[in-house]
Amino acid sequence: MVFGIPGGTILPAYDPLLDSTKVRHILVRHEQGAGHAATGYAQATGKVGVCMATSGPGATNLVTPLADANMDSVPVVAITGQQSRPLIGTDAFQEADICGITMPITKHNVLVTDAAEIPRAIAEAFHIAATGRPGPVLVDIPKDVLQEQTSFSWPPEMRLPGYRPTTRPHGKQVREAAKLIVAARKPVLYVGGGVIKADAHAELLRLAEDTGIPVVTTLMARGAFPDSHDQHLGMPGMHGTVAAVAAMQKSDLLVALGARFDDRVTGQLGSFAPDAQIIHADIDPAEISKNRRADVPIVGDCKEIITELIEAVRTERETAKAVDLSPWWETLKSLRETFPLGYDWPEDGTLSPQFVIERIGALSPSDTIYTAGVGQHQMWAAQFVKYEHPRTWINSGGLGTMGFAVPAAMGIKAGEPDRTVWAIDGDGCFQMTNQELATCAIEGLPVKIAVINNGNLGMVRQWQTLFYGERYSNTDLGTHKHRIPDFKLLAEALGCVGLRAESQAEVDEVIQKALEINDRPVVIDFVVGKDAQVWPMVAAGTGNSEIMAARGIRPLFDEDI
Amino acid sequence: MTRHTLSVLVEDKPGVLARVAGLFSRRGFNIESLAVGRTEYPDISRMTIVVSVDELPLEQVTKQLNKLINVIKIVELEPTASVQRQLVLIKVRADATVRSQVLETVQLFRAKVVDVSPEAVTIEATGTSEKLDALLRMLEPYGLREIVQSGMVAIGRGARSITATAVR
Repeated sequence: MVFGIPGGTILPAYDPLLDSTKVRHILVRHEQGAGHAATGYAQATGKVGVCMATSGPGATNLVTPLADANMDSVPVVAITGQQSRPLIGTDAFQEADICGITMPITKHNVLVTDAAEIPRAIAEAFHIAATGRPGPVLVDIPKDVLQEQTSFSWPPEMRLPGYRPTTRPHGKQVREAAKLIVAARKPVLYVGGGVIKADAHAELLRLAEDTGIPVVTTLMARGAFPDSHDQHLGMPGMHGTVAAVAAMQKSDLLVALGARFDDRVTGQLGSFAPDAQIIHADIDPAEISKNRRADVPIVGDCKEIITELIEAVRTERETAKAVDLSPWWETLKSLRETFPLGYDWPEDGTLSPQFVIERIGALSPSDTIYTAGVGQHQMWAAQFVKYEHPRTWINSGGLGTMGFAVPAAMGIKAGEPDRTVWAIDGDGCFQMTNQELATCAIEGLPVKIAVINNGNLGMVRQWQTLFYGERYSNTDLGTHKHRIPDFKLLAEALGCVGLRAESQAEVDEVIQKALEINDRPVVIDFVVGKDAQVWPMVAAGTGNSEIMAARGIRPLFDEDI
Repeated sequence: MTRHTLSVLVEDKPGVLARVAGLFSRRGFNIESLAVGRTEYPDISRMTIVVSVDELPLEQVTKQLNKLINVIKIVELEPTASVQRQLVLIKVRADATVRSQVLETVQLFRAKVVDVSPEAVTIEATGTSEKLDALLRMLEPYGLREIVQSGMVAIGRGARSITATAVR
């Protein structure tokens, strides 16, 4: 499966694709779409996603999705055409130094200067993308190199003397971690996206149930641990649940598994989890102690680490005195009950966006895969859809790429054709990349798009409401005022079914209707109120103890618990 | 902040210098000195990088450097356990009235005169950066017309080789 667009310099690679029976190429409408589709495909299937583009603007259009995949550690290989060798460096037509441009936003990239090197370069690219901490790799191939004759043998010998990712954890570190886990009075399992990438969700469940320790799952790890599980406190961070944020703040031991202490999780770093010791397990040694000093660093693959931790904890338990976690759980349960996730209906009688998203989650099959753009709708989708399985929530976490949803959904559907795929999008995001719906319609990828249309750049507007004195500079998109574009008509123009819901009574009906349509993509224009806000919230730059459950409502964190 | 000398073994491939230099600048580190050259292995180059940085950020930049696919090995060389050398060429004003004094300074620092003209001499000196700074201070009163300085190169003392263990 390859997503791409041909052009001058990549033509020699596209010609044989016409006869290929093994490789399916999906002709997208914009290279950014190809990149996000490859990312969606990779996140849904666990395989490497591939995108292809020509030199110059084709390649530079891949910059955003490559940066996105790099931040979220997604295995993607991008193959780009390049101007012929004699023209490189002469400002030739459609020439761009894409290796130079993407150097800081790829795991690796390479310019192939000899046709005999192509097989090795491609094999190494897939190997590097998929192993260790996954990431995007770009292979840039000049046109005259693509046109040369060479002998082909597969598999080629890989030569990567500087690439040896550590997957086996250090036994001593694991035992050290087990000691802390068994002795902790207020432990928390802080689960990141690495657990999903390592396919370690089953091991995580065992570790959690063996120890009885509360679990929080970050934005990238939603689905790594079932939302229905009693030990799950939800998502931590800027828009996390009060219970999850409080658990980390009050904790005496954070067991970070495939997580990277991102600023959106820690808030102000200096006041984050002040009393906690840190066990930090990650495949990337550079993540350990980057933001928060680890007391016990463990480098390795999360699946292997958790497997060994389970054993080590059992062994440790035989000799150590058992710690009663029930006081800790009492505190957390009371927080969870006092400050559950919730929302109020808008006072102006408009449709509640949270309700729409909640209903989509409730009415869709349990193996549905969800993706989202970036902003309020993304946070609500992370909060109000209940995730039970890994790889069912795929979003742009690190880079925060608006416009991610539609092309990502396309890639997800291509990789998982038998499952329902919902893109929960905003009206701002949707207008950035909706052209890929034409691709979906033509290529037989019946995705479902819920446009949470509040007529505004909602998250920016929320910040303007809270921090800029309700001065709404350039956040009204006019989608309400002028109904431009009309999303229903736009959907139909792009070969999709267009639906609309403007009141509570219509919501279930249109969702059901969308779920029944499987021969074409569906777009639902959910016209919702513009004043709904994402809560809880830790304001940027403040400490996590300043979390507000809702506007003006601050849990009494200072009380000793 | 303290000064650290890193020896970085890299694959001899196009763009490696840009990758390494880019990583330092991206993370806000100023490279004080950088030297690249061949090693006893044909496809491995060695960079000697001098940076002034605190211990913790240094650990982070070393880890990030290690993530570069073309970087094979990084070793920090302690000044006391290594030989560190820089080369400087100095064109100093030296007419007949002061030439003997200039030459005396050259002798004191065990430097060499590599070119001479009626108004100036060109001096070649090697040593640690401290020694070269001292030499420059001594020559300054005569008038420094032009200076060119190489990056620092460094090698660990004793029989052990950092390249031998890096190549498997």
